[in-house]
Amino acid sequence: MRLTLKIWRQKSTHSEGYFESYKVEASENMSFLEMLDVLNERLISEKKEPIAFEHDCREGICGTCSMAINGRPHGPQTGTTVCQLHMRAYKDGETIVIEPFRAKAFPVIKDLVVDRSSFDRIIQSGGYISVNTGQATDGNSTPIEKGQASEAFDSATCIGCGACVAACPNGSAMLFTSAKINHLEKMPQGKVEHTRRVVNMINQMDKEGFGKCSNVGACHVECPKEIPLSNIAAMNRYYFSAVFTKE
Amino acid sequence: MKLDAKIPEGPIAEKWTQYRGSMNLVAPNNKRRLDVIVVGTGLAGASASATLAELGYNVKAFTFHDSPRRAHSIAAQGGINAAKNYQNDGDSVYRLFYDTVKGGDYRSREANVYRLAECSREIIDQAVAQGVPFARDYGGLLANRSFGGVQVSRTFYARGQTGQQLLLGAYQALSRQIAVGRVKMYNRHEMLDVVLVDGKARGIITRNLLTGKLERHAAHCVVLATGGYGNVFYLSTNAMGCNVSAAWRAVRKGALMANPCFTQIHPTCIPVFGDYQSKLTLMSESLRNDGRVWVPQKIEDSKAIKEGKKTALDIPEEERDYYLERRYPAFGNLVPRDVASRAAKIESDRGKGVVGTGLGVFLDFAAAIERYGKEAALSKGIENPDNETILSLGEDVIEQKYGNLFQMYEKITGENPYKQPMKIYPAVHYTMGGLWVDYNLETNVSGLFALGEANFSDHGANRLGASALMQGLADGYFVLPYTIGQFLSDEIRTSKISTDLPEFENAEKQTRERIEKIMSVKGNQSVESFHRRLGKIMWEYCGMSRNAEGLIKGRSLIRELREEFYKDVFVPGETNDYNPELEKATRVADFLEMGELMMIDALERNESCGGHFREEYQSEEGEAQRNDEDYTNVFAWEWDENEPRLNREDLSFEYVELKTRSYK
Amino acid sequence: MSWIINFLKSSIGKKLVMSLTGLFLVTFLVVHLIGNLQLLMPDDGKAFNIYADFMSNNPIIKIISLGLYAGILLHAIQGMLIAFENRKAKGKKYAVTSFENGNWMSKNMALLGTLLFFFLAIHMGDFWVKMRFLDVLNMVSYPELDYEVKNVYERVNLAFENVWIVIVYLIGLLSLALHLIHGFKSAFVTLGLEHKKYSPLINAIGIVYSITIPLAYAAIPLYMFFSHQSHY
Repeated sequence: MRLTLKIWRQKSTHSEGYFESYKVEASENMSFLEMLDVLNERLISEKKEPIAFEHDCREGICGTCSMAINGRPHGPQTGTTVCQLHMRAYKDGETIVIEPFRAKAFPVIKDLVVDRSSFDRIIQSGGYISVNTGQATDGNSTPIEKGQASEAFDSATCIGCGACVAACPNGSAMLFTSAKINHLEKMPQGKVEHTRRVVNMINQMDKEGFGKCSNVGACHVECPKEIPLSNIAAMNRYYFSAVFTKE
Repeated sequence: MKLDAKIPEGPIAEKWTQYRGSMNLVAPNNKRRLDVIVVGTGLAGASASATLAELGYNVKAFTFHDSPRRAHSIAAQGGINAAKNYQNDGDSVYRLFYDTVKGGDYRSREANVYRLAECSREIIDQAVAQGVPFARDYGGLLANRSFGGVQVSRTFYARGQTGQQLLLGAYQALSRQIAVGRVKMYNRHEMLDVVLVDGKARGIITRNLLTGKLERHAAHCVVLATGGYGNVFYLSTNAMGCNVSAAWRAVRKGALMANPCFTQIHPTCIPVFGDYQSKLTLMSESLRNDGRVWVPQKIEDSKAIKEGKKTALDIPEEERDYYLERRYPAFGNLVPRDVASRAAKIESDRGKGVVGTGLGVFLDFAAAIERYGKEAALSKGIENPDNETILSLGEDVIEQKYGNLFQMYEKITGENPYKQPMKIYPAVHYTMGGLWVDYNLETNVSGLFALGEANFSDHGANRLGASALMQGLADGYFVLPYTIGQFLSDEIRTSKISTDLPEFENAEKQTRERIEKIMSVKGNQSVESFHRRLGKIMWEYCGMSRNAEGLIKGRSLIRELREEFYKDVFVPGETNDYNPELEKATRVADFLEMGELMMIDALERNESCGGHFREEYQSEEGEAQRNDEDYTNVFAWEWDENEPRLNREDLSFEYVELKTRSYK
Repeated sequence: MSWIINFLKSSIGKKLVMSLTGLFLVTFLVVHLIGNLQLLMPDDGKAFNIYADFMSNNPIIKIISLGLYAGILLHAIQGMLIAFENRKAKGKKYAVTSFENGNWMSKNMALLGTLLFFFLAIHMGDFWVKMRFLDVLNMVSYPELDYEVKNVYERVNLAFENVWIVIVYLIGLLSLALHLIHGFKSAFVTLGLEHKKYSPLINAIGIVYSITIPLAYAAIPLYMFFSHQSHY
């Protein structure tokens, strides 16, 4: 199939970006990133600078790949990262607009590459259980109800790709932050640090310049791991209880 | 070179405990003054960095990723083994040790493996305490499943994302130490050289991948936890960024590379579909718990399927060859990976493959769906359920167990695996070889340690499923934090290492020259095209089966390719800028040397064992034939452009009897 | 007390203000509607005028209405501030706008809110200012009362003769409906009131509320406009 790609090119964080159009040939068994690989090979053979985009595992789990396709982070399919998206989702003759994840807290580094280190800093502010190596008791000493463990997993499955922020019209990181808070909240071991964690992580999230959630729900729709939206309401609840009832 | 594995005295079950109790310690006030560099933030690197920092050392951690959470450990699907015996099915530390040694085809070091089996139990406890959401039973206790090569159920898992959850646990522990300032984290920094001062590893040279700037970092010792080198094959289940460079740079500075040809080919991956394919996707081994592997009995049927004239459903039950169940009745579909992979290759080579390229076999869940469907109907009290009910109930059970894998399969292939059997084929997955380390996980270079997949020690010639996570975490959480003290306790009088030393200056200069050499070629071929060609050579001559003639040819082809690389590679962009092509180029340059060493190693090992199958050494039934007399030893190579030098570490087996592996 | 200030400065604190003021205004809409539906009684505005007089002179109502004005202003100003901050946090927008990941209402609450604010200004300028501060209304006396009251009904009636005013009201009420469809359930989520069992109920009530209340309001200008038409 023949496609026209309109791809965002930007030399560095502070330079102006612009769209450039490319015509490509693709086969439907290719993944979207393989299609970009082919384009890059061509650009290199023409001694031009290839398009910078991030990717690593190419099986939808590392969270490295990040681009918005026709205004949607990770493209049109739900529960899918860009690297899992295959060209059979597109038709011959289509024009595809490819942009970097857009949010103030994710500055563009180059072309489609953005800086998501703000996520690391949110985790560093409290997204863990404070247990040193060797302090643990036997794994089966605390039973955890199957459903609860499964719910914890549903939140813990976050791959930190930033699609939630990129999808949000407000550039909010509530789904990411709440997913980690809920994962740890649902484990009895995580309850101990409940108050500190929720307050510190939300403070850090605000400090990073993410926007305020207005419950649009785009984050959940675009999340490649389909993290439930209910995490956000739960985090609000924990936050109120931490602020109003604890020292 | 005399290789001393430094295995402690005493009976195997007590070695580690006794050794731990008698080790030199570093007092807390001294730990504060000692710096440790850890390269890599996967399971081994992140867990080591976090634990060393908790102990009080100053840790500098490095990753080439944008975040420590991206390391490829995250992609491990199936699970992690631990000798907990929670299922009361006869498991024990000894049995895990035994299975691992046997699974590795008796080419691993007994003492290391026993320690690994001992630590496995603590790993689960630690992970649970970190909040890792392992699968649980209705009683709230930890659930287990079984994996290939064993007859007990000892694999702990978190759906199909066990590696992710364990890595996030380690990442969170690391994040906590970053927050308190005990770990200084360097993201987007790639290690390009290790710096030796007076024969000890005292630092590294890194390239800041955003600015291209070369930086010097010094410490009292250096830990490499930089993963495996499966990407030398270009197509593998590894992430695109996985590379051998950190380990290879150590080799270039005198570290030994052990058993480089021991490569694990994973039997259940999605087959190659097109020429543009950039990677292969693994379907967890856990699928073999319920999936049955088969090909048509008649070659005509395979041909018809390849041409799209027939589908799997057109082949009646009695005309299917469930070849693993037929050849290995005791283990059936759950034979170890090397055995399953080779069997798939044999069937495909006979013309019985079922995908267009001829390279693929079926993994069929129909029987499991039916079995589970009937069970579910029974437990729901449905009497005489109709076929549709059974299928739908059975599919629900399968979805519960493997939903994400089935979904992943459908996304990639566009086929529905609930209705049609999956098509699978072996692919390069893991490298058992790696830097040679002693019992302390220290390489032959003093002060240079290697953990996880980057070292060679525990898996012999074949790794059992769900053991990689175990080894990475055992090394990082429970082994290195002790054994590093053996080295550092002698360093408490060493003041801070200066990066102004001539050794650093020199290493930086050499690195700069190496980059400039590649950048200045300005030829006509992309780095990717060289990598692709290297991969083809490796797969052809050093893949699932090898022979002397091919290995000799492969070696000379790689040497030619390497020469061509330095004459005709084209790397666009600037040296001092964000330049992913340059990153790839330095990695492929190292692969071009590593690949040659793998050929040499495979040629030198005149036997078949585990993942290393030499066609000259096989039984009449096509099973691998070991040569214990000559090759019960580790090959540890000193690199030399012209003729690498071989050193051997003899392996002794006191607690496991060397036997021909049989899974029949 | 610094914790309260810190809380109100946090993103969730700011959202809580939106949620609470929003829900307060949601209850006001019901009360206001019940009063105003008296406009439709066939008594030439008697009931409504007496009610209007009570509402503007009762001291308790006066205090409550101060709260109402504060609520409206707080909701509007906070909403504006959040919208500006969010716009800044988003930075550059995508070249292609997609509504497949969220409906139009939820992505345009600030626009709808602004429309509502202008409508409110027109609405209050038309009735409330005239009623409270300008001496432009006729007085009317009823046998039940021993004093004269302002004939607000007459003013309303007059206004809704004008098709343009009716159209302005209909646009205002449509904005209200759209604003409520997202705002109602969103307010509960912000409060943390989300539950697999009960949220579907809250959401259903929200939809019913968001449609029926504006429709009932719209009935007033429409009824008045068309009854004028039929008088001619």
